[in-house]
Amino acid sequence: MAQVDAIKPKDMGAGARFVAWIGRVLLAVLIPLIAFAVIYAGFIYLRDSDAPRWVIASVAIVWGVGGVALLYWVFNGIVERLPDVWTERLQPFVFVGPAVAILVWYLAFPVVRTFWLSLFGRDGPPAGANIFEALQSDAFVGLNNYIALFSERLLQEAMRNNLMWIVFGSTLSVVFGLLVAVLADRSSYERVSKSLIFLPMAISFVGASVIWNFMYETRPADMEQIGVFNAIVVALGGQPHPWDKWIAILPWNNLFLILIVIWLQTGYSMVLFSAALKGIPEEMLEAARVDGATEVQSFFRIMIPYIMGTIITVWTTIVIFTLKIFDVVWVMTGGQFGTHVIATQFYRLSFTARNSGLGSAIAIILLVTVIPVMVYNLRQFRQSEAF
Amino acid sequence: MTKRKWTNKLLVNGGLLLLVLVWSIPTLGLFISSFRTRFDIQTSGWWKVFPHREWETVAVYNPKDLNLDPNTVMKVEGVEGTFEQLREGITSPDGKTQVIWSGNKRLGTIQVQKQVWTVSWDFTLDNYREILTAGNVTITNPDGTTEVIPGQNMLQAFINSLAVAVPSTIIPILIAAFAAYAFAWMDFPGRRLLFILIVGLLVVPLQIALVPILRDYNTIGLNGTFLAVWLAHTGFGLALATYLLYNYIVTLPRETLESAFIDGASPFTVFVKLILPLSVPALASFAIFQFLWVWNDYLVALTFLGVDPSYKVLTQRLADLTGTFGNDWQLLTAGAFITMLLPLAVFISLQRYFVRGLLSGSVKG
Repeated sequence: MAQVDAIKPKDMGAGARFVAWIGRVLLAVLIPLIAFAVIYAGFIYLRDSDAPRWVIASVAIVWGVGGVALLYWVFNGIVERLPDVWTERLQPFVFVGPAVAILVWYLAFPVVRTFWLSLFGRDGPPAGANIFEALQSDAFVGLNNYIALFSERLLQEAMRNNLMWIVFGSTLSVVFGLLVAVLADRSSYERVSKSLIFLPMAISFVGASVIWNFMYETRPADMEQIGVFNAIVVALGGQPHPWDKWIAILPWNNLFLILIVIWLQTGYSMVLFSAALKGIPEEMLEAARVDGATEVQSFFRIMIPYIMGTIITVWTTIVIFTLKIFDVVWVMTGGQFGTHVIATQFYRLSFTARNSGLGSAIAIILLVTVIPVMVYNLRQFRQSEAF
Repeated sequence: MTKRKWTNKLLVNGGLLLLVLVWSIPTLGLFISSFRTRFDIQTSGWWKVFPHREWETVAVYNPKDLNLDPNTVMKVEGVEGTFEQLREGITSPDGKTQVIWSGNKRLGTIQVQKQVWTVSWDFTLDNYREILTAGNVTITNPDGTTEVIPGQNMLQAFINSLAVAVPSTIIPILIAAFAAYAFAWMDFPGRRLLFILIVGLLVVPLQIALVPILRDYNTIGLNGTFLAVWLAHTGFGLALATYLLYNYIVTLPRETLESAFIDGASPFTVFVKLILPLSVPALASFAIFQFLWVWNDYLVALTFLGVDPSYKVLTQRLADLTGTFGNDWQLLTAGAFITMLLPLAVFISLQRYFVRGLLSGSVKG
C-alpha cells in the first residue's frame, strides 16, 4: 500500500500538525454541510413548483444523489491540487470525514443530548441558558425522571412486556428457524420451502399488522367468522375471542403480538442456521452414524454444539430487535390492553404527551439495555487481527 | 431399512409442509381477500374461494301443500321434528339433506337443502381502484346498484415512498463506500479510533436520536420534508453500511490495487474505477437491505414527515387506514398489498443478494 509508507505523521512540526487537523475537521464538516445547503436550496425551489408529484420526486432524487456525488468529486479535486504533502495529509478525510461527521451528529451527539434532556422537566432546559444556568434553573430535576419512570406502573408493564418479547419472541424465532433449517436441509423441496418461510421478511411491520389483524378478526358468536383464528376455534366448538386485545388473559394476550414477529423473524434465523448447518463437515455426521447415533442424538450432540456461535449471534440480534419493537404494537393495539413496550412508551411520552424529560429518560434506558451487546461487539472487533 | 428411510422422508417433508402452510396462510388470506368484493369479505371467510360444501336450497314447499300441522311432530323429506326443531333446521341421518322451516307458523315455507360443492369466485379489482384513485370511484354492489365513494389516493403515497426510499438508499451507501475505502486502504491519524466509534454506534437505538434531531429540524425549518427523512435514514444507516462495506472492501485483492497505485492512479480514481466495480455484490446486498428497511420504516417517517397527508409514505397511510377504516377489510387488504408489492418484487427477483446480505450481517440494529 503506497499510502501507508507515504504518510509519516511524525515528520510534521507542531504547527503543521495543528493546521492539518483544522483542515481535516473542516473537510469533515464542510462536505456534508455544503451538500445539505445545495440540496436544501433545490428543495425550496422544488417545493414552490407545481409540477406533478412524480416529476418533483424524480428531480429531487437526481438532485440529492447527484449533489452528494459531485461534492466528493469537487473536494477531492481541490485537495489534489494542494502540494503533495498536504494532499496526503488531507485526502483520507475527504473520504472518511463526511461519514464520521454525519454519524457524530445523528447518533453520537444525540446520546449526550438525550441524556442531558433526561435531567430536565417536560420542556427541557430553559431556552438560551448555558450549562450552568440550566443546572441551576427550576427545570433541572436530576435523576427524578428515572425515579418517576421506575415507580410508574406503565413502565413496569412495558418492561414486563419487553421481557416477554425477549423470552418468547427471540427464543421461538430461533427454535422455528432451526427446525425449518434442519428439515429443509433433508428435504428435496429445500429452495421453495425456504423461500416461502423467508417471504414475510420483505413485509413491513405495518403491513404485517394488517395481515394479522385480519387473522385475529373477531365477529359476534352468532355470525360467521372471517378471521382464521376464530374460524378454527369456532369450528372446534369454542367461543370467538379478540386474541391480542383479549384482556381476560392478561398478560398472555401479548403472545399474539409476539407471534407476528416470530412469523417475520423466523426467515432470518433460518437463513443463518441453514448456512451454518451446511458448514458442518459431512465426515463428522457420517462418523456419528457409523457409531450408531440416531438422528436426534447427532442433532443435539454434534449439530447444536457446532453452530452454537451462530445461535448466540442470531439470538442476540433478535433480542436487540425485540427490545426496540415499536410498529407492531403501535399499529395493532396502540399500547392498549396491557401491551405497551418500552419503545411505544417512548413514543407516547415524547411525542403524544410531549414530555421530553421522561421520553429522553426512556430512550436512555433503552440504550443502557443494549450496552452489553455494544461491549461484546467492540471486544470481538478488538480480537480480530484485521485492524 | 428402506421402511425407516421412508418414514423419515415422510416426517421431514410432512413437517416442512405443515410449517410452510402455517407461514403462508396469513399472506395468502390477505392476497385473496384483496380481490374479493366488499360484501364477500364481510360475510364469509376468504377460504371460501376454495372448493367447499355449502347448503343450497333445491326445493321450496308450502307446508299446507304437504298437509303439515305445525303443532305436531312433522315428517318431511325423510326427517321428522317439531316446529321449533325445524326452525333450527334438521339434517337427515345420512347428512345429505337439510330441512328448514323459514318464517312463522302460519305463512312460513319449507326449504329443502342439499350439500353441493361450490366456490365463491366473485373476484373484483374494485378494492384496488378504491385504494389507489385520487378522486371519486364508482363501485358496483353485488345487487347491481352503484355507489360513488372517495378514493384513498394511495398512488400518491406510493410515489412519496419511492421519493423517500431511493435517495435514502443511495446516499448512505455512497458516503459509506468512500469511508469504508479510506478505512480499508488508507492510513491516517485517528483511523482506529474513528472505526471503533462506528462499531460502537452499530447498536445504538435510533430512538435515542429522535428528540434531539427533531429539535434541530424544527430550528432550521426542515421538519416535514423528504430531505429531513433522507438525512435521518442516512445518519441511522451509515454505521452499519460503513462496517459491512469495510468488511468487504478490505478483502479485495491487494495486488490489483497496488499495481494501480504504482501506475500513478490517484486514490479517487482507484475508488471509482476499481473499488466500486469490484464491490458490486456487497453494495447490492446492502442496498437491498437499506431499501427494504426504508420502504418498510414507520417510526422515522412518523416522526419527521409530520402530518401533511399529501407527503405521507405508504406505511403511514396504511397505519392511518387501520385507525379510521379498521373494519373496511376491502380497503385494508388491498392497501396492505400495495405496500408489499415492491418489497416482494425486489425480494423475489434479488433473493440471492438478499441472503448474501443477511449472512454478512445486514441486520439493522
